[in-house]
Amino acid sequence: MGSRFNPYDNNGGTCVAIAGVDYCVVAADTRMSTGYSILTRDYSKICQLADKSVLASSGFQADVKALQKNLSAKHLIYQHQHNKQMSCPAMAQLLSNTLYYKRFFPYYAFNVLGGLDSEGKGCVFTYDAVGSYERVGYSTQGTGSTLIIPVLDNQLKSPSPLLLPAKDAVTPLSEGEAVDLVKDVFASATERDIYTGDQVEIVIINASGIKREYVQLRRD
Amino acid sequence: MFRNQYDTDVTTWSPAGRLFQVEYAMEAVKQGSAAVGLRSRTHVVLATVNKAASDLSSHQRKVFKIDDHVGVAIAGLTADGRVLSRYLRNECINHSFVYEAPLPVGRLVVRLADKAQVCTQRSWKRPYGVGLLVAGLDELGAHLYYNCPSGNYFEYQAFAIGSRSQAAKTYLERRFEAFDKYSAEELIKDALFAIKETLQGEKLTSSICTVAIVGIGEPFHIISEQAVQEMVDALETREEATAEQSGGDMQDESGNPDAAAPMEEI
Amino acid sequence: MAHDEDVAGSERTLYPYVTGTSVIGIKYKDGILMAADTGGSYGSTLRYKSVERMKVIGKHSLLGASGEISDFQEILRYLDELILYDNMWDDGNSLGPKEIHNYLNRVMYNRRNKFNPLWNSLVLGGVKNGNKYLGVVTMLGAHYEDNHVATGFGNHLAVPILRSEWKEGMSFEEAVKLLEKCLLVLLYRDRSSINKFQIAKITEEGATIYPAYSLKTFWGFSAFQNPGQFAEGTW
Repeated sequence: MGSRFNPYDNNGGTCVAIAGVDYCVVAADTRMSTGYSILTRDYSKICQLADKSVLASSGFQADVKALQKNLSAKHLIYQHQHNKQMSCPAMAQLLSNTLYYKRFFPYYAFNVLGGLDSEGKGCVFTYDAVGSYERVGYSTQGTGSTLIIPVLDNQLKSPSPLLLPAKDAVTPLSEGEAVDLVKDVFASATERDIYTGDQVEIVIINASGIKREYVQLRRD
Repeated sequence: MFRNQYDTDVTTWSPAGRLFQVEYAMEAVKQGSAAVGLRSRTHVVLATVNKAASDLSSHQRKVFKIDDHVGVAIAGLTADGRVLSRYLRNECINHSFVYEAPLPVGRLVVRLADKAQVCTQRSWKRPYGVGLLVAGLDELGAHLYYNCPSGNYFEYQAFAIGSRSQAAKTYLERRFEAFDKYSAEELIKDALFAIKETLQGEKLTSSICTVAIVGIGEPFHIISEQAVQEMVDALETREEATAEQSGGDMQDESGNPDAAAPMEEI
Repeated sequence: MAHDEDVAGSERTLYPYVTGTSVIGIKYKDGILMAADTGGSYGSTLRYKSVERMKVIGKHSLLGASGEISDFQEILRYLDELILYDNMWDDGNSLGPKEIHNYLNRVMYNRRNKFNPLWNSLVLGGVKNGNKYLGVVTMLGAHYEDNHVATGFGNHLAVPILRSEWKEGMSFEEAVKLLEKCLLVLLYRDRSSINKFQIAKITEEGATIYPAYSLKTFWGFSAFQNPGQFAEGTW
């Protein structure tokens, strides 16, 4: 009593995306928790927004879902108006604007957007909750991100951000190697992060389309 | 000189109980190039005639996708048709946002009809000058509706609107009883024949018609021009074959298209 | 934020008054089973003993609620209107459990966005066209589906039992037995729980909410006999 109503919760979860020359891997675990309780072991955090853009988001599930539905509806309108699918970089800008629109009552959502750009190159965009974003070669967001980011940095060092002109930040790995790396980092994050586990859903986007893969993780 | 005193605004009745402005709006539908629709138990096909305003211009779009489960074909003022299509799209998006389920076609059509009706009862408005054939699929099956500027709507097995649509209607009336069991391909075939009826002897090519389909396992989409041309070609070869068989005595009647008998059974 | 000031003059739920405790829902062979007690607590006082916390919604759904009872009754009024308008179309279409679940989610999430939440966790179960559906919506608008769900204390005490004993395609008798096992654990450990339970079922044929009944308890364990015996200073 007396404490103010808190409109937020953190339902946990970890997202990873890696861009290659001609592919992009987007992954997230399927656990949904609140506090120390697991609400469900099979909740997908990954949302396909367009042919070549896939969004993985963790944070507060109600906000995440509202955000995903909002973007899907906007994309439907875009398709009606332009008769084509939105490109991944365009979707990235739309996501940024959508997040910033709620700057003073933000979506508690941590997003990584992965896909292919108009040249067919892999791209990853990483966000904060209020919409600042950056195109990178790889990224991770969510409760396990602090455990995963140093591993990705170590394995996939990207060119220094200080370089001018900026260098393309795609990773040198092959598609198969990237998928294996994703499986490893999720298995590792699951060891220490209580909000990550159960299953990892891996989405692979390349010129031939979209593939989905699931790998079991620790359930404790 | 005679002048109609009762047609200067929509809200004025004639002593005979008619609303002339509304009837004029319905005339606008008849001026537009034709659109036909027909449905089986599982599919609905829409087809339109595309008339360019001049040889130098392209034609206007007459078929609009509303959602995965609904599409419309229009005849009349295309500008009004576009506005109404946007309204329908919005209704569908809003419904899926709240319920994560597609809006039932019948309910969409009622909302559209109510919107049209309002324009027949406000002095500062004008009725929409467009007729819409609404094709859709919901959990009760495939549906085809006709929405009229008056705010009336009807469900059909098959229907045609726009200029010279009477010829297409005559054709459809003779065949509609079999439509329920038709496959998608058979529906398209009859749609093309019905369209051909409205052309008054002009040659049917894919460049002057648009065909779209929606059905179970098949989200609403416009069939590519190339695919339509292939079907038109297939129809023509078959038609020539039947014409030769019947001794060519049907060709003589081509001067009177409205009374022309429909195509021979394939 | 603008919402900080003058809370006194405005009307919104800052904390719940009369609350219901856990609801449990599971899928079984023919549909969905749900269980809850009929208690309504005023803080820690067991104030009401016959509150129905499960209701039939339309033709295909069943709704169970824990949390603020008055907010639940308000939700029922929303749903009554929704179903009424749905029926008034009289066109053969009807809202299924998935649609209702989504609608409820919109209601809950919109109210939390206005800082005026409906203080409930809702369990929605239903069957339509052979598809079983079981989902939860929380007061903040978070939602999910599962084969077995529970709200409140049930999340801590019933879910572990359900996780180890729930199976696909359980018979009605097996499923009721499992629910009763969960209810009994809750009765022993959740102080707001009372020994007056209802079970509700929904199948393709329709919904039934069974009359309230009691479970047989056993308080004879020595640890229950004189709990203060070895703890000096307690009573």
